Amino acid sequence: MSALTFTLMATPQQRIDCSPLTPDRLAGMSPSEIAGIELQCGKQRFPAGELFEIKGKSGSHIVIENSEGKLDNIGHGMQGGHITVNGNAGDYAGFAMTGGELVVEGSVEAFAAGGMRGGLLHIRGSAGDFLGGAIAGDRQGMKGGTVIVTGNAGDRTGDQMRRGLLLIEGNVGDYCGSRMIAGTIGVLGDVGQYAGYAMRRGTLLLQKKPLLHATIMDCGLHTLPYLKLMYKSFAGLPTSFVQLQQNRVRRYAGDIANDGKGEILILQ
Amino acid sequence: MMLNGVTIDDTFAEAFNMRGTRVIITAQNLKWAYHAANAMTGFATSVIACGVEAAIERELTADETPDQRPGVSILMFAMGSAVLMKQLETRMGQCVLTCPTAAAFSGIEGDPETVTRIGLGKNLRFFGDGFQISKRLGGKRYWRVPVMDGEFLTEETTGMVRAIGGGNFLVLAESQPQALAACEVAVEAMRKLPNIIMPFPGGVVRSGSKVGSKYKSMIASTNDAFCPTLKGLVKTQLSPEIESVMEIVIDGLTTDDISKAMRVGIQAACELGATNGIRRVSAGNYGGKLGPHLFHLHKILEGTA
Repeated sequence: MSALTFTLMATPQQRIDCSPLTPDRLAGMSPSEIAGIELQCGKQRFPAGELFEIKGKSGSHIVIENSEGKLDNIGHGMQGGHITVNGNAGDYAGFAMTGGELVVEGSVEAFAAGGMRGGLLHIRGSAGDFLGGAIAGDRQGMKGGTVIVTGNAGDRTGDQMRRGLLLIEGNVGDYCGSRMIAGTIGVLGDVGQYAGYAMRRGTLLLQKKPLLHATIMDCGLHTLPYLKLMYKSFAGLPTSFVQLQQNRVRRYAGDIANDGKGEILILQ
Repeated sequence: MMLNGVTIDDTFAEAFNMRGTRVIITAQNLKWAYHAANAMTGFATSVIACGVEAAIERELTADETPDQRPGVSILMFAMGSAVLMKQLETRMGQCVLTCPTAAAFSGIEGDPETVTRIGLGKNLRFFGDGFQISKRLGGKRYWRVPVMDGEFLTEETTGMVRAIGGGNFLVLAESQPQALAACEVAVEAMRKLPNIIMPFPGGVVRSGSKVGSKYKSMIASTNDAFCPTLKGLVKTQLSPEIESVMEIVIDGLTTDDISKAMRVGIQAACELGATNGIRRVSAGNYGGKLGPHLFHLHKILEGTA
């Protein structure tokens, strides 16, 4: 069955809220009903059919063509199915999603995967700030699921993250894992300053040692069997993290300014 | 029925409902996995006094274990879920948590309607005194507990299922060495099968029991009808040439597992045949009134059980 395809017809003047366009919300809807769905665009609302050329029938797979950074909330709260975004996505990609798979062929803006509880968000480009982080007013960021970023991620990656797996193959900005509550963030590239700032629990698994601040404590070199278990859980994920083998790490614990039960593991 | 000159009695083994669980124990090498597993399954021959019946089911290669280290799987059975949970926690705490490099994982997964999750490392985590770390990987929760050799890694829960205990057969031979030799080959053959254990020492029990005793405090006592030295004193089940009787008790996850194990074990014992002094194979029962599962020897050997 061919995918339901939304092709953006023109660059929008304002940001478009694409949260209604998920496989579960469109399930069983006719093409005319889908075209009539009103999408918030700045202060106005437009039928989806005026913004996108829509082809195909509703099903488990949605494709957004010509996508660009003004399309916010793609995959917002999606519960299942598959969304492919050909191009970039705006803010809040995969926000609060609970299942299914969202693949962005380009890059995403801020707050991707915030409040995410399940499923897979795969960003083949780069991610903006607060990837998996909490939005203002929320006390927890990502709460489950898996995020893979092939490129880089911005500042505050995993801010107040509560659970789940963030795997970034490129570099990340400052304050990675800040105020982290639990979960795991893996980074193969460089990490900016203040990694693990005020983290309570959780794990940062890093290939390269960043400059660590004074309240992250060196606990020495260790061979941790649990890492084999974690690597095994990566199996089948579309990421180079599946190639990790080494379970020899230098373990830093912290942030002791905030309980100190988190850890930063530097692969040796 | 005769098998290689050995008489197979037209009788049955009587077995009971139990609760069973499987735990996978891994370590740096098999030697230390066995140290942990042997400790955990020690003093676990009979529920009468040990609380549980437990033994090592089989060895596992590194490819078969969650943490890719060599290990063994353990099966543990009890008459009720509360006892099983308590014994599992106690034995995990004293035998696996304490054993260098050992880790423990769930050995039974499946439909929540048939598999109940029970604590494995769930309460052992508190040994970490606040420094324990939880990790949820692939939908399962694991605990990393800091200990002096590094970290004790354990899955939070394992699966408990309805199981069956007390499958058995008796080997009757002309001498003690011959009975033991037959039991040894039977146990060796049965140990290759999954989902079953023989919880007694070496898989063999020499003190089969009957219900009741002349002493009021005893609920069970020696099975005098099968004691060769009492042939002239009691209503014996033994013919004059029988000088030794040994029993193999089997606990398993399903009736099919026990049936298969009994068939393999009896056939292996009978391969030695009458020429090696093996004269009869029988089974222990209570007249069919106590246990809900009856394993008829003839049906098992004919493949109709």
